[in-house]
Amino acid sequence: MLPENSRAKRFLHKILVTITALALAFSLVLTQAVLAQTENPQYPSDNDVNAIAKKLYCPVCPNTPLDVCETKACADWRAQIRDQLIAGWSEEQILNYFVDQYGERVLGEPMRSGFTSFVWILPLIGVVLGLVVVYQVLKGWQSKRDLETAQIPVSNQISADTLARLEEELREID
Amino acid sequence: MIADTGLVALLLAFVFSAYATFASLYGGWKGRPVWVESARNAALLVFPLLTVSVMTVVYSLYQMDFSLAYVEDVSSRAMSPFLRVTALWGGQQGSVLFWSWIMAGFVALVLVRKWERDRELMPYVIMVSMLTTAFFVGVTVFITNPFTRLWHYPGAAELTKAMFQPAGAMPYTPEDGQGLNPLLRHFGMIGHPPTTYVGFTGFVIPYAFAMAALITGRSRGDEWMRTTRRWTLVAWIFLTVGLILGGRWAYDVLGWGGFWGWDPVENAMFMPWLTGTAFLHSVMMTEKRGMLKKWNMVLIILTYSLTIFGTFITRTGVISSVHAFAKSALGPAFFIFIGLTFLGSLSLFFSRWDTLKSEHQLQNFISREAAFVLQNMLFLAITFAVFWGTVFPLISELVTGTKITVGAPYFEKVTGPLFFVLVLLMGVAPLFAWRKQAARNLGRAVLYPFIGSLAITIGWGYLHRMHPASLPGLWLVSLVVLTILAEYWKGVQARSSSRGENLLVALVKLVSRNQRRYGGYVIHLGVVMIALGIIGDGYFKQETQGTLAVGESLSINDYSFRFEGLRGYPGSDGRDVVEAQLKLFKDNQFIRDLRPRRDFFIVQEQPVTVPGVYSTSGEDVYTLLIGWEGGSHEAATFRIYINPLINWVWAGGVVLILGTLIAAWSPKKERQEVTYVLRPEALRGVLAQPESGD
Repeated sequence: MLPENSRAKRFLHKILVTITALALAFSLVLTQAVLAQTENPQYPSDNDVNAIAKKLYCPVCPNTPLDVCETKACADWRAQIRDQLIAGWSEEQILNYFVDQYGERVLGEPMRSGFTSFVWILPLIGVVLGLVVVYQVLKGWQSKRDLETAQIPVSNQISADTLARLEEELREID
Repeated sequence: MIADTGLVALLLAFVFSAYATFASLYGGWKGRPVWVESARNAALLVFPLLTVSVMTVVYSLYQMDFSLAYVEDVSSRAMSPFLRVTALWGGQQGSVLFWSWIMAGFVALVLVRKWERDRELMPYVIMVSMLTTAFFVGVTVFITNPFTRLWHYPGAAELTKAMFQPAGAMPYTPEDGQGLNPLLRHFGMIGHPPTTYVGFTGFVIPYAFAMAALITGRSRGDEWMRTTRRWTLVAWIFLTVGLILGGRWAYDVLGWGGFWGWDPVENAMFMPWLTGTAFLHSVMMTEKRGMLKKWNMVLIILTYSLTIFGTFITRTGVISSVHAFAKSALGPAFFIFIGLTFLGSLSLFFSRWDTLKSEHQLQNFISREAAFVLQNMLFLAITFAVFWGTVFPLISELVTGTKITVGAPYFEKVTGPLFFVLVLLMGVAPLFAWRKQAARNLGRAVLYPFIGSLAITIGWGYLHRMHPASLPGLWLVSLVVLTILAEYWKGVQARSSSRGENLLVALVKLVSRNQRRYGGYVIHLGVVMIALGIIGDGYFKQETQGTLAVGESLSINDYSFRFEGLRGYPGSDGRDVVEAQLKLFKDNQFIRDLRPRRDFFIVQEQPVTVPGVYSTSGEDVYTLLIGWEGGSHEAATFRIYINPLINWVWAGGVVLILGTLIAAWSPKKERQEVTYVLRPEALRGVLAQPESGD
């Protein structure tokens, strides 16, 4: 028992050391990643406009992000975003402006408030409920097993003859 | 005249399919084989009748018989014969007919191949599958008939559509048709709809068998699953290929540089795929361990309903607005049919609850059984999230009157973490043993792939350090790939050391000895390749946009593009083409010319942006012509995407097909494998009663 245990410990130890070493290496990569951000020289370029337009959906066509929508209306809205950027508006101001003008439907990512928040909450509840069900199912299977392992050896070991004899003897006692 | 033949055949097909539904029900219920035989004959007739009907539509499209409203709507003289034929599934009427036809074909195949094998289930298999067929044929006949003709009342400004000549109206044949939606005029259209429909209808067969098992009370056994196992796999691979081809079509045609936009129509296809995939897995668990019988039923019922729901959404456009629902009788008809079949199946399921008890028990929470259950739950959770996101705009409009959009960011955020766990499970769960998995052995099996995957991720992460968010995904992908390769390696090495086979022979024999297992691994490998493509699309994609005068250049990464000029010319299929000439350079070395263009379809007044693509195994350079200034075309606006890893998606699709072929091939092996059942209870039953072992 004891050597088995210490072998397991050593094995665990090895894994822990490996993970720590790798985690350190990871954090190094991540710091590098943060440093590698670059600045954009001109402002506002098409790319700046598209970065905001991407977060909005065309108010007219179904399910088309504003940055790729080909209609004339969308081209005008992109031009409007450009003007707003030149006027010094922040991204949030522009997004709010479009929501005020055309309603919630211009947001590609639904809001997390009001009735719309249900779109976010229900899947979360679904996952939690799912996990509970999974746990219950597994638990149920396991308790069934306890029941069966308690019964099976008995029925397997006692033959029909023995059972008959036992009952015979019990009746005699009575 | 020809069209009338098609109409008569269609009407007969409806009568026969309705008759087969009732006759098989009556015959099965009263135990009258004559009625069942009669139902079978009627069901077998539906396919040739619908074939006549479909061929008539194809012929009318080919011959451009514009007196038919459908032909006028989806074809035109400018379209090539190839496109005119594919227009069969280019519009609603043709699609629904096409759907019915494939469905009837599947039913005929079942009746020919499985008739002797599952006599007891057959009456109800016919009933369920013919009910579905009858519904679709009925919809084709009464609501969206491709044989509707155009008529003209003297003096009326608009044409009238009707099947038969209205009093006072004259037959009308336009000179030319409207033509197919320009977006559908693509070579990919030959593959995507038919494969999808084969996948959709294919799932009706296991559903019909499942319902038959419930009705007859034979749901205790799992014959219905064994009978339909390969059907399910075939339906699944077609649906999978349909999804991938749809993605490829979107990438080539829609002109936004991506292949999946979480559009309601895409989601509608994706949901039955999710539940179908879960079903494919839970069936395995029932076969090996006699567990998850109830889940199987739930999953196949869901898959069936979602299949019909998918067809409904794709064909009615109801999701884009509540108002689309009331536009034709199609919406209510589908709604009622889905509701009735769903509730009917569920009540049948609950009435047979007792027959679906698990035959086995769980020894440990860390076991393959537990992994299967968790996996099933994840698939269902993702399905629910996708379903909820897809229908929520409708619910919001109904409840609060506010129109909202549930776009890609929602689906990515909600399903992303669930997919992460699912793919992780896909890599690790096959290593779990049935019953009980000692944590230490598992740790040992995973240790090397785990260390290897971390090493790869660090190396990779260092090279692409601008995208730290991609690291978990990359780690996951490399872990799963290494685990799968390690499994193969273990098997090959064991064979080659114990039998002295060389590695290649050992590999071939290993796979052929357990095709489902190793085919399954190949399928998993395909999924991981697709996942890698999705990671590339999600994290490494780069884009830039700029307006260039002739001779100017635009740069992104190591690439630069020099604008050489625009050229306009009339194209085929009734379009005007404006094509840009771009010279692509990488590190100042000329690579090739790219010709992104914009096709303007004159009749439809619709532009289609056709990308100019330079594709390598590592990445795609995808250029779009967004617009141009002035009549002399001296300046043009371009949008350029660098799409790394995207080709892994398509390659992953090919690997998926390969894996499915390995898993589903060779009936001889399958027979051997059926005898491998890990169920001592079943064995005990046989041993206890040696006389009644039939």
